[in-house]
Amino acid sequence: MPAETLLELVDVGREFDVSRPWLNRVLEGEPRRSLQAVDGVSFSIRRGETLALVGESGCGKSTVARLIVGLYTLSRGRILFDGADLADPGSAPLRRRMQMIFQDPYASLNPRWRVRDIVAEPIVAHGLAPDAKALAARVAELLTQVGLAPEDGERFPHEFSGGQRQRVSIARALSSNPEFLVCDEPTSALDVSVQAQILNLMKDLQQRLGLTYLFISHNLAVVAHVATRVGVMYLGRLVEVADAKTLFERPRHPYTRMLIDAIPDLEMSGKSRTPVAGEVPSPLTPPPGCAFNPRCPHANERCRTERPVPLELPGGRIAACHAVQEGRIGDL
Amino acid sequence: MTESLLSVRNLRVEFPTRRGTLVAVDDLSFDIAPGEVLGVVGESGAGKSLTGMAIIGLLEPPGRIAAGEIRLEGERIDNLSPEAMRRIRGKRIGAIFQDPLTSLNPLFTIGEQLVETILVHLDLNEAQARDRAVELLAEVGIPAPEIRIDNYPHHFSGGMRQRVVIALALCARPRLIVADEPTTALDVSIQAQIIELLRKLARENGAAVMLITHDMGVIAETADRVAVMYAGRLAEIGPVKDVIHAPQHPYTSGLMRSIPKLGEGRETLAQIDGAMPRLNAIPPGCAFNPRCLKRFDRCMHDRPSPMPAGATEAACWLYAR
Repeated sequence: MPAETLLELVDVGREFDVSRPWLNRVLEGEPRRSLQAVDGVSFSIRRGETLALVGESGCGKSTVARLIVGLYTLSRGRILFDGADLADPGSAPLRRRMQMIFQDPYASLNPRWRVRDIVAEPIVAHGLAPDAKALAARVAELLTQVGLAPEDGERFPHEFSGGQRQRVSIARALSSNPEFLVCDEPTSALDVSVQAQILNLMKDLQQRLGLTYLFISHNLAVVAHVATRVGVMYLGRLVEVADAKTLFERPRHPYTRMLIDAIPDLEMSGKSRTPVAGEVPSPLTPPPGCAFNPRCPHANERCRTERPVPLELPGGRIAACHAVQEGRIGDL
Repeated sequence: MTESLLSVRNLRVEFPTRRGTLVAVDDLSFDIAPGEVLGVVGESGAGKSLTGMAIIGLLEPPGRIAAGEIRLEGERIDNLSPEAMRRIRGKRIGAIFQDPLTSLNPLFTIGEQLVETILVHLDLNEAQARDRAVELLAEVGIPAPEIRIDNYPHHFSGGMRQRVVIALALCARPRLIVADEPTTALDVSIQAQIIELLRKLARENGAAVMLITHDMGVIAETADRVAVMYAGRLAEIGPVKDVIHAPQHPYTSGLMRSIPKLGEGRETLAQIDGAMPRLNAIPPGCAFNPRCLKRFDRCMHDRPSPMPAGATEAACWLYAR
């Protein structure tokens, strides 16, 4: 049961058209241009686990989240939820079983609605409450569940602090009894002491309600705290997937190593960090071969020409790196 | 302690509003020595950015300095005219802000912006100023500075733009650099590069740096001493390793334990229940008392000032003798 796959992405890709306006293209003879935001990403999430996607801005992690919940359509590939393809016409009922929590608790709640109406909306939309009394009882139950008082339902979002608003977002996400939550940077807009409250709440709810999470974050320490498994993305591609403990203790892909190395060290152990050279290239013109090769200390001719495919390594981890696959980089 | 370069005494910043005066910074005192990096941390609304703004003389009205004094190399700067303050800003105080895009003018090349700033503050001709600009860009780690100097801000990536902003702040070799969340808009790999750069600049130029951030990790790697602010007041100040490893104020220790760290167990994080009070609802006594697990009678009505506590100073009655 615990190893059962709930969500599977198969070679998922998404392009965005970033061409200039038609008239400019005609006058200046420019071709259409497209940006490959997500490029051939495959992974699966098991029931009851938390898979975290990490990466720097522009790596496509939020696009993956939006593709899964259907806020963007796929350019290619398939997404399977509980074995059924989400692109199938009959898949609408599956959508009720997944919900999303957004980064900004200020922008994601309607300022003109009372909190009880915000939380009740998914219940009404899916017709999950037989009458008004049952609806009110369910809203009160949800607010209590996320650590608010039932009376808080009468208030408006602006009367709450950032952390409390994020609790409201979580209550709204839970209201249709989902099994799967997509959390896009749920704590990035919060202060650390409040972040701890929300992370603890999310963990607690996961245990009590048996939820499965896809957790998107750029904060590796937060990811190390919440994730069962971690996927690392770079320039629209998945470069490494491993269980959290293995990934943080023995990262294999040079980019993962670089990311972990770059985290400011609270312990001040005086570790000498290898300063990271260069920056993420523009996704409009990704380098040929491995996307990381211009910054990689292990890059050779093959890395500059041939794109590495994600291969499974011993221990169930996956890395897309020629150097790792050829054994040029050893285990740590 | 050596002669301090910046000295802030009993600073109070107020915002008069229709519903009464809000005190955003309350009785704040600290010093920064030459070559020292002082980190200022706190959650949003703790008053750390306003403190920085008060020092560089850019408080937005109706905000105003209501009491206290700010001294730069012994000279009072909090009561200067806007014109006099403008001459000090840029020349003796450099400022770096969070968003590197809005700190640069998109219509001028970075060379034009640097040269203009240099000409205002230093006694150089245009050609010399341009040489100096190239030198500065090289110093902050921009590759091929003699070519990049003629580029516009939009030609640069976020990390490179922040380097340009730092170069701009360094034009006149200021004695004090106020950096407000300089790495917050940047990715973690770029952040590490900028931290390294700030640390190097303080060391090599003997400048004092006031580094304002909410990120304890950045402080741990960059600062020599750290000041922790809560609800506009100083909660704790001391050497960075003591504040991080042996925090004395209950707020600081709660804050430290609530930060997720790599390589620790997977149990739940320590959390501080509740939230920082709003400025119009700061409780009497210690501002932290509603959330504090160690509070006693005196905390409810007497306000503590920073007092020696372990290797640091903490504004907490636990340490009153």
